Amino acid sequence: MSDKKEALFSKKNLKLIKDPLDDNNPITVQVLGICSALAITVQLKPAVVMALSTFFVMCTANVVVSLMRNMIPSRIRIIIQLVVIATLVILVDQTLKAFVYDVSKELSVFVGLIITNCIIMGRLEAFALANKPWKSFMDGFGNSLGYALPLIVVAFFRELLGAGTLFGYPVIEKLGLYELGYENNGMMILPPMALVTCGVYIWIQRMRNKKLIEEN
Amino acid sequence: MKIFRNLLNSVKPHFEEGGKLQKLYPAYDAFETFLFVPDHTTKSGSHIRDSIDLKRSMMTVIIALLPALFFGMWNIGNIYYTAMGEEVEFFTKFNYGALKMLPLILVSYIVGLTVEFAFAIYRGHQVNEGYLVTGLLIPMIMPISIPLWMLAVSVIFAVVIGKEVFGGTGMNILNPALTARAFAFFAYPAHLSGDKIWISEQQTMPDGISGSTPLADYASGDLTYDSSMFMDYFNGSMIGSCSETSTFAILIGAAMLIITGIGSWRTILSVFVGGYFMGYLFNLWGANEFMNLPPHVHLVLGGFAFGAVFMATDPVTASSTNKGKIIVGFLIGVFAVLIRVFNPAYPEGMMLAILLMNVFAPLVDHYIIEANIKRRLKRAKA
Repeated sequence: MSDKKEALFSKKNLKLIKDPLDDNNPITVQVLGICSALAITVQLKPAVVMALSTFFVMCTANVVVSLMRNMIPSRIRIIIQLVVIATLVILVDQTLKAFVYDVSKELSVFVGLIITNCIIMGRLEAFALANKPWKSFMDGFGNSLGYALPLIVVAFFRELLGAGTLFGYPVIEKLGLYELGYENNGMMILPPMALVTCGVYIWIQRMRNKKLIEEN
Repeated sequence: MKIFRNLLNSVKPHFEEGGKLQKLYPAYDAFETFLFVPDHTTKSGSHIRDSIDLKRSMMTVIIALLPALFFGMWNIGNIYYTAMGEEVEFFTKFNYGALKMLPLILVSYIVGLTVEFAFAIYRGHQVNEGYLVTGLLIPMIMPISIPLWMLAVSVIFAVVIGKEVFGGTGMNILNPALTARAFAFFAYPAHLSGDKIWISEQQTMPDGISGSTPLADYASGDLTYDSSMFMDYFNGSMIGSCSETSTFAILIGAAMLIITGIGSWRTILSVFVGGYFMGYLFNLWGANEFMNLPPHVHLVLGGFAFGAVFMATDPVTASSTNKGKIIVGFLIGVFAVLIRVFNPAYPEGMMLAILLMNVFAPLVDHYIIEANIKRRLKRAKA
């Protein structure tokens, strides 16, 4: 019961949010959820929607599983986690289809595939099953931010350099760069450049954060 | 040379430990060793000493590239004046081409070396000479009309992502010059393929001038081969990237590389054999006009010869075992012709074939070494 005295935003709890942003980033350090990060970063809008969907699913799933953690028999815990995630993903999918149909079409199968996003399952297994709801919420919050950050940065550069737009707004055209002979880089729209951009992100991150560099 | 020595000696104290410009030592070191044979001695371990070091071998490659480069300059002028319908002298053509090539070469060297020096100084290692060859190769395999900034972006990509992220010269998996070309090819396809880019200033010319490469013509079925064309292709007076066209000039370079022992004859020969083999197989199949192209014609078209002699032999990215060189070279030839004939979107398959086999070269080496170890163990036990 000593946990009860702990403040809601104690240092330990804030660390749950801060860690996944840099030191323990799910995409760039743990290298999880890469497939979706490569697939939906061609433009900013789908990337942001994807980040929001994952945010909702991860936080809610973490809280729900954490609430049920003492009731779940450990032998069938994976199935139960999957049911929780799948229910939430269907909710998200239906909402997107109802309100932003074009984005939903663009994301196509990837919304459904949030179920298989290793980050969510990983957090449920590693954290929510062993911690109280509030902490689990903070953990889900932090990790979905950690997922969103590289996603949005990569999508920013890919859309800007590949299509010359940001959220569909023709930035390069308004700046008048096309008249100077500038052309969009067709390679940025292709999947290999998502990998390269992610790689450059990791490179810069490791240059700034020496903790991430392995011993040898 | 004495002037250079004195100049270097006078600035040397600034760059040595404790000097004001100590951080820039790699840059100083690069100039000193470029001009003079270094006086460093080996500090530990046993090493084979040879008078030929990286700088000397790179210079040999550059000299071997010169015939193709000079021919390319003439050819640029030649196709330009032919398209304009003017009869001019040899040197007018050559000068025209040289003036068109020079900006490309300068941009490639300046941008590439700036990136190399920046990395060397930041990381505190020596500036390597790998870029001397790469920097010349890149403009030689680009279309003459490529905008300079695109060339610069491709060079930066090739040096940073193709080479420096792996640890610099000698550590790269992919050939940097081809990385630059592949990047430009996929990033700016309108400037790297088609029939409007191979003749300089074609935009200002009247319409109706055909500027497509023979390979593209064969792929689209617009051209039928007859044996009188072979010598033209071999000599290289056809449309193509700056310096890839003349198989004759390239073979002079190949001879230099083989005689000095810098380029591997195994690689060069097996690439040609692989290309011939695949071309022959297509002849047997013969489903369309392009497949019926005699196999030896494939070897003198497009960038096949240039890739075989100067790209496939790159000592860093090629296979390092002798058997591996033969296997990898053969497959490069096979894939190059395969891509040409099967994929109309890529009339030239040499670039992709070499890059693909660059990736597989370490794997081929691995199995050859494993097999060798196994064989010798068996022999030792028997």
